[in-house]
Amino acid sequence: MGFFEKLLKIDRRVIFIFIAIAIALPLFFEVTMHIDITPVVRGVYDTVEALPSGSKVLISFDYDPGSMPELQPMAESVLRHCFSKDLKLVIMGLWPQGPLQANWALEIILNEPDIKEKNLKYGIDYVNLGYIAGGEVVIQRLGSDIHAAFPADYYGTPIDEIPLMKGVQNFSNIDFVYNLSAGYPGTTEWVQFAVDRFHAKLGAGNTAVQAPLMYPYINTGQLVGLLGGMKGAAEYEILAKRPARAVRYMFGQGVSHAVVIFFVIVGNIAYFATRKKRKES
Amino acid sequence: MRRQLPIIIVFVSGAFMAIQYFIPHDAGVFFYEYGLDWIIVIGIFAMLLGIWSLFKVQLDKVVKRSPGWGYSVVALGGLFFMLIGGPLWGIEEGTPFMQVFWYIYTPIQATMFSLLAFYIASAAYRAFRARTVLATILLLTAMVIMLRLIPLGPISGSNQKLATWILMVPSMAANRAILIGIGLGIVATCLKIILGIERAYMGHD
Repeated sequence: MGFFEKLLKIDRRVIFIFIAIAIALPLFFEVTMHIDITPVVRGVYDTVEALPSGSKVLISFDYDPGSMPELQPMAESVLRHCFSKDLKLVIMGLWPQGPLQANWALEIILNEPDIKEKNLKYGIDYVNLGYIAGGEVVIQRLGSDIHAAFPADYYGTPIDEIPLMKGVQNFSNIDFVYNLSAGYPGTTEWVQFAVDRFHAKLGAGNTAVQAPLMYPYINTGQLVGLLGGMKGAAEYEILAKRPARAVRYMFGQGVSHAVVIFFVIVGNIAYFATRKKRKES
Repeated sequence: MRRQLPIIIVFVSGAFMAIQYFIPHDAGVFFYEYGLDWIIVIGIFAMLLGIWSLFKVQLDKVVKRSPGWGYSVVALGGLFFMLIGGPLWGIEEGTPFMQVFWYIYTPIQATMFSLLAFYIASAAYRAFRARTVLATILLLTAMVIMLRLIPLGPISGSNQKLATWILMVPSMAANRAILIGIGLGIVATCLKIILGIERAYMGHD
């Protein structure tokens, strides 16, 4: 068996080792990559930036820990941006684990020095409504009456007793909706019901796999913008002038992509080098 | 009557939900909201059904000592711990419920998702071959999309523009076609169900 034939039949575990090194090794180095800002990410940033202080933003955490590496940095950067602009946040989840992801992000952001000095209060500046089953039906119910969809918050406090929720009846009292999504129910359902039916202004953050499916909604104006994968999160951090986790992890992602491309090229060279032999045999 | 009643209920509910979208009268809104609340409650009961189904399947495996029954014991243990742990100790940070969530559930999920990176790399090595013209186009497109995450010096900007064009033009055109196809399919299926042509939801054709 020749060199190229061996290369074509390379054990997948060899590829696994290369990928493991490519992902793990860059985490030990502080390398800041050049990241171009795309219009779709700028769309979300500009929308949040244009909101006046005190505006109400609904953030739906529709993902679980499996998608954390991509979506958690997005959540943190958007929360940081909103809090720094003194926006009021109504948090919820259409996935059972979503509100817990929100709490994690909140804990990190609320302990950052510049946010901490604002002395933000639960129930006044932000609230976590928790999770409720029903998927897109919950979105429709939010359009008519948020208090009916979520009678109590994540901690069991009736939302009628929460100061922030007074006067927040449906989407007409929400200035911007931001959805972090890793699948169903997610951005597609928010577009179909919150935007199309109730005319909410929607931005989204999606996993890199899902993001290309959302581009039609950007072009039609149903989505003001989209953060796609870790790169989208990194772009947002740069726009907000607060480079954090996503920017740091981009080096690892870049190296691992380079390794995949390297293997694809090598595989094709080996394929063409052995093609003549295969035809003959 | 066992056949007609469900068909009548489905017809009335389906027709009502379709009509109320275009005629937002107060009476219609009341029934619409009432219907939504019903669906949310049904969703909650569906979760109970899911828990029961999970319990039964796993318990059967343990009782019959099926291959891998030990995993079923772990699944049942996890299920009961989380079911009881939440009401018993609460769901605030630091409680056993949250510790299991952060230190067991989260790493397990992250591990499962991380494995994708390895399998995608291996699959890309074996599948991305320029065998035909279409395969070559697919290969080049994938390369452009992946290369946007790698600094390429002076050609980074051009590659980024090309990647954005791919996403915003050919990819979006294909996506739109799929979306419109799915939409028309949903409308057709809904009409078949509302009109009683499609009856698989009753458990038979």
